[in-house]
Amino acid sequence: MERPNSTSQAWVIEIQGLTKSFGHHPALRGINLEVGRGESMVIFGPNGAGKTTLIKVLATIINPSSGKVLIDGLDLKDNAEEIRRRIGVATHQTFLYSNLTAYENLEFYSRMYDVPRRKERIHEVVAMVGMTSRLYDRVGTLSRGMQQRLSIARCLLHKPTIILLDEPETGLDQQATSMLGEALQAEGEGKRTIIFTTHSLERGLELGDRLLILNRGKIVYEGLRQALDLTALKEVYQHSTRVGS
Amino acid sequence: MRFWHKVIAITWKDTLSEMRTKEIVASVLVFTLLVIVIFNFAFGASQERIRLVAPGILWVTFAFAGVLSLSRSFIPEKEQGCLEGLMACPVSREVIYVGKMLGSLLFMLVIEAIALPIFAFLFNLPVLSLQLVVIIVLATVGFAAVGTLFSALAVNTKAREMVLPILFLPIVAPIIISAVMASGLALSGEPWSVLSSWLQIIAAFDVIFLVVSFLIFAFVIEQ
Amino acid sequence: MKRIILLWVSVALMVAALHLVFLYVPTEKEMGIVQRIFYLMVPMGWLSLLAFLVVFIGSILYLVKKESKWDVIASSSAEAGIVFTTLALLTGAIWAKPAWGVWWTWEPRLTATLVLWLIYLAYFLVRSLATEESRGATFAAVVGIVGFIDLPIIALTTTLWRGMHPGPVIFQGGLAPSMLLTLLVSIIAFTALYFLLLIQRTSMRNDEVEIERLKKLSN
Repeated sequence: MERPNSTSQAWVIEIQGLTKSFGHHPALRGINLEVGRGESMVIFGPNGAGKTTLIKVLATIINPSSGKVLIDGLDLKDNAEEIRRRIGVATHQTFLYSNLTAYENLEFYSRMYDVPRRKERIHEVVAMVGMTSRLYDRVGTLSRGMQQRLSIARCLLHKPTIILLDEPETGLDQQATSMLGEALQAEGEGKRTIIFTTHSLERGLELGDRLLILNRGKIVYEGLRQALDLTALKEVYQHSTRVGS
Repeated sequence: MRFWHKVIAITWKDTLSEMRTKEIVASVLVFTLLVIVIFNFAFGASQERIRLVAPGILWVTFAFAGVLSLSRSFIPEKEQGCLEGLMACPVSREVIYVGKMLGSLLFMLVIEAIALPIFAFLFNLPVLSLQLVVIIVLATVGFAAVGTLFSALAVNTKAREMVLPILFLPIVAPIIISAVMASGLALSGEPWSVLSSWLQIIAAFDVIFLVVSFLIFAFVIEQ
Repeated sequence: MKRIILLWVSVALMVAALHLVFLYVPTEKEMGIVQRIFYLMVPMGWLSLLAFLVVFIGSILYLVKKESKWDVIASSSAEAGIVFTTLALLTGAIWAKPAWGVWWTWEPRLTATLVLWLIYLAYFLVRSLATEESRGATFAAVVGIVGFIDLPIIALTTTLWRGMHPGPVIFQGGLAPSMLLTLLVSIIAFTALYFLLLIQRTSMRNDEVEIERLKKLSN
């Protein structure tokens, strides 16, 4: 696959030799990856492949065991706080406090992310995910799908330029998923860079420009969406994730 | 300044959450009351004996209520991955420590403030003295300082309700001993100078463990 | 090679110590033969502290450098330490019965030793109960650090506390030269034993860790 030859400034995310082990269990075994601005990258892989670990390392929730990660040219090791300002994260865990209302949850995170004009912004993001009517309800009373939508709203509060999603479609129906796609790109000033993991090959093809398959902590396939249709992708997936490969 | 802004945001979030689930405050209070009453039965009704054991009863009560309060500090953070959500926010790990610590401190002080008059009433003792209040505040700061660190640790263990007391109580033994001694002296109306050595121990513990916990907290929550 | 030298030096020292304790030093006049347990009790107390100091240093290095070998040193020292602390408590009790007629007393040093024992216990408990095994070592290191820093405060508090409740004391008065000699040799002998155990155990653990690592890699 051809990638333009350029300096690190061109890449929004640059990963060099990333490894992560939990005790003796190696979750990531040497990841090398570059993601350009505005790209939408989808990561496939079986359970235990390391997808969630990779997302968490990029989100600075987990520290790498070795290797270098640069986000917007900033080294993860020294500039974690600044990097977090630019990243929005949503996973299948919602990061929401169930006995606070949706509004209170969003207000809390607005403070943590230094969001200006909090009240206005909260209404904005909630409208984007179609949750305005339930804004003052306790999160515990919301359905799983609604909580998930709220968690997406949460990750957009501070207008991040990079969004990381770990299986974001969990708990969402088809309509909500397309709403999600729109919401993620809704705000002007250039396209956001999005990295997301998914189990669903179909959804991934719909939403991603570049495709990555992870297996047992290593990248086993990299490709462009244009180059594959669903059948071809299924074949490649089966081939790369065969046990013993 | 932004440090404190975010610390207060966390403390407020915790306090708001507490106020929502009123059962928590109520149940810890009921527990406190029960402990006091049971100890009263255990030690008999002679006024003299009560005077002797009152400080001990007070501090056993506060120690156990403290463990209960602290154990709940990180449980809501475990649900729905909220602690990771906090770690993804542009704040240092230390902000999280201080925010949670102040939240627990506030909670424990409220419980103690309500328990104290009850104690005074049941034991017929002059507990509403400035000396006693100072002892309680100092000791509770120590509980919160080290308890927040251990609570974050315990929530990542199996049998967390058992792990926290086993970790916490031996470490805060110096606070408990000093607080009991100082409270006894305060209840007997001794002047500040007599209490000072015990108060210094508690204060030293507070300072040392606020610093140590502040520095170590990141290691406990990170992987 | 060095290990063998240490082994034989320990053996020699231990034999010397035994000789001194049981044959050389005269019987103390107040307590009689039982007093000899003093020459065991003091080294136990000393070693429980030394072991914890090593736990403390190993724990700090482990947290900072994240290399397994520091955790191995810390946990091996803790294993030796809890054994010595238990023995310190037991010898304390054995001393207490004939000396004061009770198995236990809240004498400051005994009390502080009991708290130390509980801290050692907590060290092992968090290691084994961590939900993710890899975090057990980190949690134990935290206990090692906090516990060690607490020790002086515990010692100070229990000593001050004792001032309020005068009671039996472990030892008062000076030591005759022969007793001092016996005590010193005993302390040195047991310290050598501690280091021997530490080296042996860390080497074993390091091998175990390496085997684990290789197993995971080949999977």
